[in-house]
Amino acid sequence: MITRILAFLAVIGLAFMLLPLIHEVLPMQELSPVAGNYVVKGPDELGAQNIVTSVVVTYRGLDTLGEVTVLFIATAGVGFLLGRKKEKKNKRKSSEILQTGASFLIALIFLYGIYVFVHGHLTPGGGFQGGVVIATGILLIMLSEVNMKFNHKLLHLVESVSGVGYVVLGILGLLLASTAAGLGDGFLNNRFLSMGTYGQLFSAGAIPLIYSLVGLKVGSELTGILDNMQE
Amino acid sequence: MTTFNFIVTVWLGILMLAAAVFAVVTKKVLSAIIAAGVVSLLASVIYLLLASPDVAMTEAAIGSGLTTVVFLYAYRRMKSDKEDRK
Amino acid sequence: MNVTTLFGAILLIIGTWAMLTHKNLIRIIIGFSLMDTGIHVIMVSVGYIDGRTAPILDQAVNKAEALYRVVDPIPSALVLTAIVIGLAVTALMLSYAIRMYQKGKSLSIDDYQETKW
Repeated sequence: MITRILAFLAVIGLAFMLLPLIHEVLPMQELSPVAGNYVVKGPDELGAQNIVTSVVVTYRGLDTLGEVTVLFIATAGVGFLLGRKKEKKNKRKSSEILQTGASFLIALIFLYGIYVFVHGHLTPGGGFQGGVVIATGILLIMLSEVNMKFNHKLLHLVESVSGVGYVVLGILGLLLASTAAGLGDGFLNNRFLSMGTYGQLFSAGAIPLIYSLVGLKVGSELTGILDNMQE
Repeated sequence: MTTFNFIVTVWLGILMLAAAVFAVVTKKVLSAIIAAGVVSLLASVIYLLLASPDVAMTEAAIGSGLTTVVFLYAYRRMKSDKEDRK
Repeated sequence: MNVTTLFGAILLIIGTWAMLTHKNLIRIIIGFSLMDTGIHVIMVSVGYIDGRTAPILDQAVNKAEALYRVVDPIPSALVLTAIVIGLAVTALMLSYAIRMYQKGKSLSIDDYQETKW
């Protein structure tokens, strides 16, 4: 009982701390200067229609590299805690309806995932969403083919190659990017490839390439988590 | 925000809070897992009404899809339907 | 204030209450997940500007008037990555819980006395 009273007091304290958020923070009327800069200069400097993508991939690209690293460490932790044993037992086969539906849907789900991360600079979506869609497709395979064994070497190869490729593209941006638009050289600068026509698929320099690598990395890491969590 | 959007947002928010309260008070762990997935699904529609389609896509795919599946795998591995001991 | 900020704050409080009062390990992690969603709702609603649209430029929103037509893209970008990290951290917590269950054969946090000081 005493625990519940203490918990209640802690929750009341938290509510008091959140009170200024309710009555003192006014709704924004204008974009802040930093955000306004991204919105006005982003399309010309980077060539991406989706401003969120240009913030995630280029302006705050170092943050994204850190987040992908956190994701990698968490996946490694799950593998470390649950990775051993795997005694083989025959599980019940999945139903006929699920198997037939899965064999029809898997190709479409993969195609959709690839579409989402390739078009990240034009439409809502990008590497994170596309990678999750691909992991969902692999989950469907895991549910319909219960006794299937994963090729772990391939999974690790995809994961390492996409991670190394991400860093290499960032360093290429540091070395090769032109300073034409007044944008200095910098890590993860996307201007070392042709900028193409604004609004077309092959545009925005290296952004589609970088986001595709992020998508492959996120997809393979979430697949690793699902494979380890499964019995 | 138009009046219609405002009403939809408030209604979705009330449903979301109701699902969250259900996830906290229910006795069965399985019901709590599913209710947490419902909270994420309603939150993703709220993100869409707040003009952030990128976040809405991520939340719909991860919050209500993969998180629920990860919880269900963990629940199956523990195979314990004990109620909370208060 | 946006009304969604209020919803996010209440969700955060509900999640904290669940984490503090439940004894079952899975229910504590569900509370953490609710808290995570509450923080994301607060962050996105702070970046919302009334009457504006998503930060994606096309025929409807051209480059010239974008500054006065779109919402803040930075909270969206932060929350986007935070959701993915949230899933990975939740999976890590659940795998710790599974290991604890395999060692101690119990899900109640009261049965793990060695964690108390």
